[in-house]
Amino acid sequence: MNEIAPAHTIGAYVPMVDGPEKVSGRAKYTADFIAPGMLAGRIFRSPYSHAEILEVDISAAAKLPGVKAIVTGADCASTFGVLPIARSEHPLARERVRYSGEPVAAVAAVDDATAKEALRRIKLKVRELPAYHSAHAAMAVDAVDIHAHRPHNIERDVYFELGDVAAGFAAADLVREGTYNCAEVCQNQMEMHAALADYDAVRDRITVHASTQVPYYVHLMLSQTLGMDMSRIRVIKPHVGGGFGCRTEALNVELIAALLARKSGGCVRIMVNREETFITHRGRPETDIHLKIGMRKDGRIIAVECECIQRGGAHSGYGIVTILYAGSMLYAIYDLHNVKYLGKRVLTNTPPCGAFRGHGTVDIRFAFESLLDEMAPALGIDPFALRRANLMSAPTFTDNDLMVNSYGLPQCLDWVEAASGWRARKGKLPRGKGLGMACSHYISGASKPVNWTGEPHATVKLKLDFDGSIVLLTGAADIGQGSSTILVQSVAEVLGLDLSRIRIISGDSDVVPKDNGSYSSRVTFIVGNAAIDAANNLKAMLIAAAARKLEAKPGEIECLGELYRAGAQDKGLTFSEVVTEALKDSGTITVTGTYSTLPESHGGKKYRGAAIGGSMGYSYSAQVVEVSVDEETGVVTVDRVWVAHDCGKALNRLTVEGQVQGSVWMGMGQAMSEEAAYHDGLMLTANMLDYRVPTIQDSPPIEVGIVESNDPHGPFGAKEAGEGSLAAFLPALTNAIADATGLRFNDLPVTPDRVFAALERRRRAAPSRRGEGGNGRGA
Amino acid sequence: MARILQLMLNGRARRDAIPDNLLLLDYLRETVGLTGTKTGCDGGECGACTVLIDNQPCLSCLTLAAVVDGLKVDTVESLATDGRLSAVQRGFHEKLGSQCGYCTPGFIMASAGLLRRNKHPSEDEIREALGSNICRCTGYVKIIEAVKHAAELCAAGASP
Repeated sequence: MNEIAPAHTIGAYVPMVDGPEKVSGRAKYTADFIAPGMLAGRIFRSPYSHAEILEVDISAAAKLPGVKAIVTGADCASTFGVLPIARSEHPLARERVRYSGEPVAAVAAVDDATAKEALRRIKLKVRELPAYHSAHAAMAVDAVDIHAHRPHNIERDVYFELGDVAAGFAAADLVREGTYNCAEVCQNQMEMHAALADYDAVRDRITVHASTQVPYYVHLMLSQTLGMDMSRIRVIKPHVGGGFGCRTEALNVELIAALLARKSGGCVRIMVNREETFITHRGRPETDIHLKIGMRKDGRIIAVECECIQRGGAHSGYGIVTILYAGSMLYAIYDLHNVKYLGKRVLTNTPPCGAFRGHGTVDIRFAFESLLDEMAPALGIDPFALRRANLMSAPTFTDNDLMVNSYGLPQCLDWVEAASGWRARKGKLPRGKGLGMACSHYISGASKPVNWTGEPHATVKLKLDFDGSIVLLTGAADIGQGSSTILVQSVAEVLGLDLSRIRIISGDSDVVPKDNGSYSSRVTFIVGNAAIDAANNLKAMLIAAAARKLEAKPGEIECLGELYRAGAQDKGLTFSEVVTEALKDSGTITVTGTYSTLPESHGGKKYRGAAIGGSMGYSYSAQVVEVSVDEETGVVTVDRVWVAHDCGKALNRLTVEGQVQGSVWMGMGQAMSEEAAYHDGLMLTANMLDYRVPTIQDSPPIEVGIVESNDPHGPFGAKEAGEGSLAAFLPALTNAIADATGLRFNDLPVTPDRVFAALERRRRAAPSRRGEGGNGRGA
Repeated sequence: MARILQLMLNGRARRDAIPDNLLLLDYLRETVGLTGTKTGCDGGECGACTVLIDNQPCLSCLTLAAVVDGLKVDTVESLATDGRLSAVQRGFHEKLGSQCGYCTPGFIMASAGLLRRNKHPSEDEIREALGSNICRCTGYVKIIEAVKHAAELCAAGASP
């Protein structure tokens, strides 16, 4: 049968639409734009953790031939920051430096060697202040305030109690507590930060190429720090080499490049090195957690008390949001009541933390799932059964008013339990081997935009012209996660067209509609729905045109992608014929699609900040990790991971698998080897040898099961796939190590040093049992 | 000091005046304009700048341009034939061995080097050959699938 049928790609394995550029070296990243005559920019950074600036002497640097511009804090009085309520940071420090590595001055010169020499000639005179490199030191009663508007260095104190926690604990059959410490970790995305700023002095306009996840926020902050009207600014986001959250706010790099470009009246490229990229930071804060859970003997959780302290670094950044997520996302995974949360976000003299993949949820989930794993055997309940005793049923609202409409966690549990052979193998592995499991979840886009303007949450435009090609215009930033591919697929699916008919242009503020950006796993859900809306609007116009031409009613027109017809007997019109007819009225067609989140998804008002956590949908993940522990060396090897992820509907199975595997693996790095370590505020691990990312030699097979709960509001039923599977790896690993060795690790990362030390302590404590070791079972 | 560098770059003879201390990476990117080769670290830590020098994978960030005088240098831009993707490029594209794409040229050149010397690598040999390249997106699972797929395409006659 040669019947023309609409093309479908949703649910298939579809390589990325921009893959050919990436594999051929044609994809251009910010540093790849080499403009003739451009200047090299370099940043002078503070060697002090905390100091009052007495003088920034640039006179010797300014005399160096080839230096075209020098900027200091004196050139920009404005602060910047992602949250309108917490903009504490200057592109270049003024009055005070607050962390070692903070930008103080910057130079634009004819070449990089000259710029470097100019930095050597800049002199910074300061009066040093007491510096606080831990949250506890910064909170000491006599500590100097790092920011005058934040007394006692508390960026935000969060407190809520929902339900009756005391009554819950009183009624519990088992109460356990645990204390956890998760080291600070960095995104360490492969592309180092870069910015290219080109100032047009004749027209007073500036064009900035930035490696960002949020071109719109960069646009806002450029306007604020340059004091330029937004209409004079153009922001271009080229290919971006990963972000994982460190680029979900405007960074000093792009703002400094712009300041230099304007001052020099030219084009300036700043390429910061790996060490500076680490110090620009925005990673996950060091987190201390004290958690207490009360359970009935059937495993039902009936009370939770959680204290969380985050070492936020020297500026506000996303801090308030991060500490709120850590509390709000205790919910929406299990059926929880009677929960008390105390969170403290602390300012310290370390580089500013930010929104790392799994924002705010990861360390809390590590603690929670670790404690569940300890409590299960105390009640004689299998870890899977314990989770099943606490499942929610959707649709529902949690006690903190999060709207949950689809909930595939039960199916995730079933899948990993079966795939890993849990029932047959748990407790029966040879010595030194263990199995652990855990669950996690994440939002599909924060329901409320950071900058609330009253506009739709997302706008997508489609342009259709005489050639029959469709151009999809979006500000959604593809940073490698594949959002452009998903948007192209979504439009193609609605119209029944092959992907080759559609081209996408994203990330140029002169061309594309504004988008809030790629953060909180929002693009597939929120921009995807806007793309579907745009495609439906276009389809309606094409059907109307076909109906007119075929002298039929629009309701009688059947759209088969490349063929529009009035009933099966009709020869119909080709797509190009329909386009020709449709263009007769208006010429080139441009349609808009929008999406706005439902007000009931905006979270509640039961405590200050309760909107954080509100989302249109939540993804779910369950994992089983299998490890081998070498008791002689303390080396832990992850042999295999099984992960099931409820993404609502896999729009593209290839990219869902890739996102889930990448998340799990990033969780593995945090769990086993990654740590931002400091000496007196100087980051010791600001390179890729000391900051230990797992190599291909360390990395296990990761088998992915896709669970499709078909969210009623998701695009084609989809939810997020790129973050929710990260957190579960951490506790699944330590639970597996506990299974293998009987030793529980509550401090991350679980390095061989820590495992070896714990094994040694146990050997010394029980010399008579030397050599028995055991895998912890039956102990 | 400066010198004249002569080499066979991506199949074409080239002659450039270069400073003695110019790195091969900067020569490729800034002098020639072949920006497919990436800078990912402060020297020898990540593998993003991997190129082939006489078919051997090398880190161009740790190699002086002067060293390749008289040699054959291949970058990621050299692999496609008549604009069509090579086996390794197809493997990385079709199996999603590339997400953000920034480490990809380095991984592709290290993989091409492997397949030029070993047509049928085992999974362990693939892991060993790519052991000094860091990827932050994929967890490497699909990179291994990509190289295996490329090896199959090579076995069917495609060039790496």
